[in-house]
Amino acid sequence: MLRYTLKRALSLALSLCLASVIIFAVVEVAPGDPASFMLGINAQPDTVAALRTELGLDQGKFARYVAWVSGMFSGDFGLSYTYRSPVSDMIADRLWISLPLALYALLISTAIAFPTGLYAASRRGKTGDAAVMGVTQLGVAIPNFWFAMILVVIFAIKLRWFSAGGFAGWDKGVFQGLKSLTLPAIALALPQAAILSRVMRSALIETLSEDYIRTARAKGLGKRATLWRHALRNAMIPVLTIIGLQFSFLMAGAIIIEQVFFLPGLGRLVFQAITQRDLIVVESVVMLLVFAVILVNFLVDLAYAAVDPRLRERS
Amino acid sequence: MSLLAVKDLSVKIGGNFVLDKINFELKHGEILALTGESGSGKSMTALALMQLLPQRAACSGSIRLEGKEIVGLDDRALCSLRGAQVSMVFQEPMTALNPVKTIGNQVMEALLEHGMARKGDAYHKAAQVLERVGLPPSKVPLNSYPHQLSGGQRQRVVIAMAIALRPKLLIADEPTTALDVTTQAKILELLKRLAKEDQIGMILITHDLAVVADMADDIAVMQSGRIVEQARPEILFRAMQHPYTKALFAASGHQVSLPDLPPDPQPLLEVKQVTRSYRLARRSFWEKPKEKVAVRGVSFVLRQGERLGLVGESGCGKSTLTRAILGLDPIDTGEIRLNGSSLQGAGAELRRDIQVVFQDPYGSFNPRHKVAQLIKEPYHLLSIPPSRKEQEDAVVSVLKSVGLRAEDRFKYIHEFSGGQRQRIAIARALIIRPKLVIFDEAVSALDVSVRAQILDLIAELAEEYGLSYLFISHDLFVVRSITDRCLVMHNGQIVEHGDTKELFDNPKHKYSQELIAAAPRLPVF
Amino acid sequence: MSWTRSLTFGAVVSLFVLLIAMVSFVWVPFDVTQLNIPDKLQRPNFVHWLGTDHFGRDLFSMIMVGARTSIAVALLAVGIGIGLGVPLGLAAAARQGSFLDEVIMRTNDLIFAFPSLVIAILITALFGAGAMNAIIAIGIFNIPVFARVTRGGALSLWQREFILSARVSGKSALRISVEHILPNVSNLLIVQGTIQFSLGILAEAGLSYVGLGAQPPTPSWGRMLADAQTMVSFAPHLAIVPGSAIILTVLGLNLLGDGLRDLLDPKVRDRPT
Repeated sequence: MLRYTLKRALSLALSLCLASVIIFAVVEVAPGDPASFMLGINAQPDTVAALRTELGLDQGKFARYVAWVSGMFSGDFGLSYTYRSPVSDMIADRLWISLPLALYALLISTAIAFPTGLYAASRRGKTGDAAVMGVTQLGVAIPNFWFAMILVVIFAIKLRWFSAGGFAGWDKGVFQGLKSLTLPAIALALPQAAILSRVMRSALIETLSEDYIRTARAKGLGKRATLWRHALRNAMIPVLTIIGLQFSFLMAGAIIIEQVFFLPGLGRLVFQAITQRDLIVVESVVMLLVFAVILVNFLVDLAYAAVDPRLRERS
Repeated sequence: MSLLAVKDLSVKIGGNFVLDKINFELKHGEILALTGESGSGKSMTALALMQLLPQRAACSGSIRLEGKEIVGLDDRALCSLRGAQVSMVFQEPMTALNPVKTIGNQVMEALLEHGMARKGDAYHKAAQVLERVGLPPSKVPLNSYPHQLSGGQRQRVVIAMAIALRPKLLIADEPTTALDVTTQAKILELLKRLAKEDQIGMILITHDLAVVADMADDIAVMQSGRIVEQARPEILFRAMQHPYTKALFAASGHQVSLPDLPPDPQPLLEVKQVTRSYRLARRSFWEKPKEKVAVRGVSFVLRQGERLGLVGESGCGKSTLTRAILGLDPIDTGEIRLNGSSLQGAGAELRRDIQVVFQDPYGSFNPRHKVAQLIKEPYHLLSIPPSRKEQEDAVVSVLKSVGLRAEDRFKYIHEFSGGQRQRIAIARALIIRPKLVIFDEAVSALDVSVRAQILDLIAELAEEYGLSYLFISHDLFVVRSITDRCLVMHNGQIVEHGDTKELFDNPKHKYSQELIAAAPRLPVF
Repeated sequence: MSWTRSLTFGAVVSLFVLLIAMVSFVWVPFDVTQLNIPDKLQRPNFVHWLGTDHFGRDLFSMIMVGARTSIAVALLAVGIGIGLGVPLGLAAAARQGSFLDEVIMRTNDLIFAFPSLVIAILITALFGAGAMNAIIAIGIFNIPVFARVTRGGALSLWQREFILSARVSGKSALRISVEHILPNVSNLLIVQGTIQFSLGILAEAGLSYVGLGAQPPTPSWGRMLADAQTMVSFAPHLAIVPGSAIILTVLGLNLLGDGLRDLLDPKVRDRPT
């Protein structure tokens, strides 16, 4: 198990390296010089040059890359070009909104999907299953930002249970903070829940048709015991993969949802930075998001090994 | 009172009767064999006895276990019966166990589920049961996972789970079909011993009449969902009544008459000191893959017109050797020559003289091509392929030789049965008139009666085309009837070779003796 | 829902959307480039079947023209995915276990690691918004999907005996991949294609919503939703109309994909095979 973990960790490190190179390269290749942008079209060439030196833009690409990466190890993401304040602070502020939002959505999504998928698999071919399939089929087709708008109209404007946007801030208490995040989390979660429950259902159905399920029944296990003790654990494997993928969709979806709800999260940060050509911020945020996804995949890989002993061994 | 009384048992699936008024009785401690070909309903009977039929199936009739009616019981009552009173062992040991749970866990579950042990002693009881089936915990620890065990060992675990609660009735559905001959013999021995020790009534389901002859107290022959004949083996084998039973017996014991060997045959295929190891699959990106020596210094000669057999169990290296001869894999050392020219790195001109017929009649063909196109595939090996008209004629002619019709060339492969597909496979192998054909388990997936027909066909074609062939099989009886000489392979080496009849009557090497002794035999009366 | 119903419903809806997109080149009820302020914000009525927006533009016409954008972007993105992903997948399967296979699989995994929408946003934001960059951005993510599906299907086919026969006949891996493997994975590709197509429609809508998709004056469903945002409380039809268009199209495509999957699977169709 230790060997497996180490191997996966090495893989993670390699992926991160490659990712950082790619991100840096893409952003560098983009047209538009931050310094000229900040100073405007009519700026003098000398001023522009001076600003470039000040921002460190005159150094070679390689040197800047190395500086950026080595800075990351100590948590220093450099200074924003636009605001001259530490990028890490800017990110940290926003992270406290985006991360809880993604986790909240993941929680809702799994909480809905697991029982739904289980229910559908156990009622396979009957009305219950057909109903679930129908609803999820619809759920998969819904764009989350549109759903968000509808939620706002119903729950914020008409019913006034929630505010239509903005973030109350954590200092007013965890409950208030969560309240502002609830509608966005639901909007994010529902389409994903639809996908996840379908995966859960098909993973279970497939597992239930395996031979060892028949053996369990032949031993005298009831339907429920068979499902819980044998089918579920094996069905988890494909489900875990999807949860890992979902996390990356949630992160991405969150960026768009933040627009609907005017949440000051990473999404808004990245959009602003793009318009302002604040490349350092863009690189750092994207790097962070990618890191999150790769980390989640790493954890999923570890979870695989925990579930399936065949993966733990070398022989 | 008999242990099991089945009366007018019928099972209907979607309008078809898969079981039609089955009647039989079983006494305590006796072994009843249910035998027949695929589709006869034997497995359905087993599932019906456990009331584990598929959802769409409708069951009617009576099944009485020690006087108590089983049909119509609710799931809970059935669950308390299953595993405790009635147990089942299935065909595929490789998939019968849950891969993510330890074997100890799975055996203990059987005990705990029926309240036969408390948590504390469940472990000990499980260990005892595993010891009884020949898996002592000192050799095979209880916390092993199924993937760490061989096929035979896994089947023993399944048997352990089945007998742990000392059931009155044990149903074994083709328990040894997926296992090697020597392992099969051991598992059957085990079942026989357990039945005697615990006085378990057993229903043994198998398509292999030879297996049945040895073990059963009573034999029931099934065809199309009905029992066509039932009798004790001494009576059945001596004086079988029903035409189907007669046909089945004849097919099982079918001997083929081979044409004579040509005088002074020249060597056709020469294999000299061939060695091949291959890498096991990479465990990960970082580790160097391990190596396994599959073939060690194998040498033999196959002469013109000769029919050579190759027998061996799984893992002996015969598949690797075959792939090497076919040019699918390279060899590490040694030579393989066809008619004097080396086959390594040989081009199409030489390769055209060897063709192959594989085992799987379902996977052998591209489902999207029509039969004519499938049969013509080897033509691309010829530097100057014949004209379209000539090819067409050749296809028609070869189809007729294998017993099919000319019109069949316009059909798709899924329109044919297993036996017919093997005929098409043979047609494909013969169309460019190769010098050597390799039959790789070519009849292993076929029913007994179909198998007999195909073997006859092969013998006919051997005569008509002057064929030389290498016949690879794990089924000793088949090899015995269809070859002149035979090689026995074990652990990558040829341990014995010689004239087929000689070899089978008087095996000299220890392994050959073991192998031949383990093979079940049909009684000769 | 039985697979035949799935298939028919899906096919009908998909074809309908395709139809209105095609028809829009020749005819639309009202000109979408003309502003018509006096008629603004009408609810659906007999003249304007789906109502009008805040500029008085007829929503039905806008949906028709927007369909063009969605379909074009999603379709071309799928084209990129298939065009590059399938050969990669075939090559990886043909040389399984080799360095080439490892490289292709690792690269795939790496692309999957980037939250797709984020990178799509990145590319379109840095290199300019517009349909072309949207197509490229979405297309890049289709490549590893198709590569993976193709490789998976091909790998199991390589083990089949008819492929062994072809190899014994001496055919090269390339010929086998093209003549035997490709036709037999086409089922998988068709089904995956419809799925990626529907995902592409959603992705395009998302990009247009944040302003990074097709630019004005080209109408797009996503941008219609963005425009609707501020007015949704008093003119909900502005959001419901384009939203429903997206949902219906995606739903239709998904059902079509499901139906095709069952149609092409001989076991489900119950034909003897």
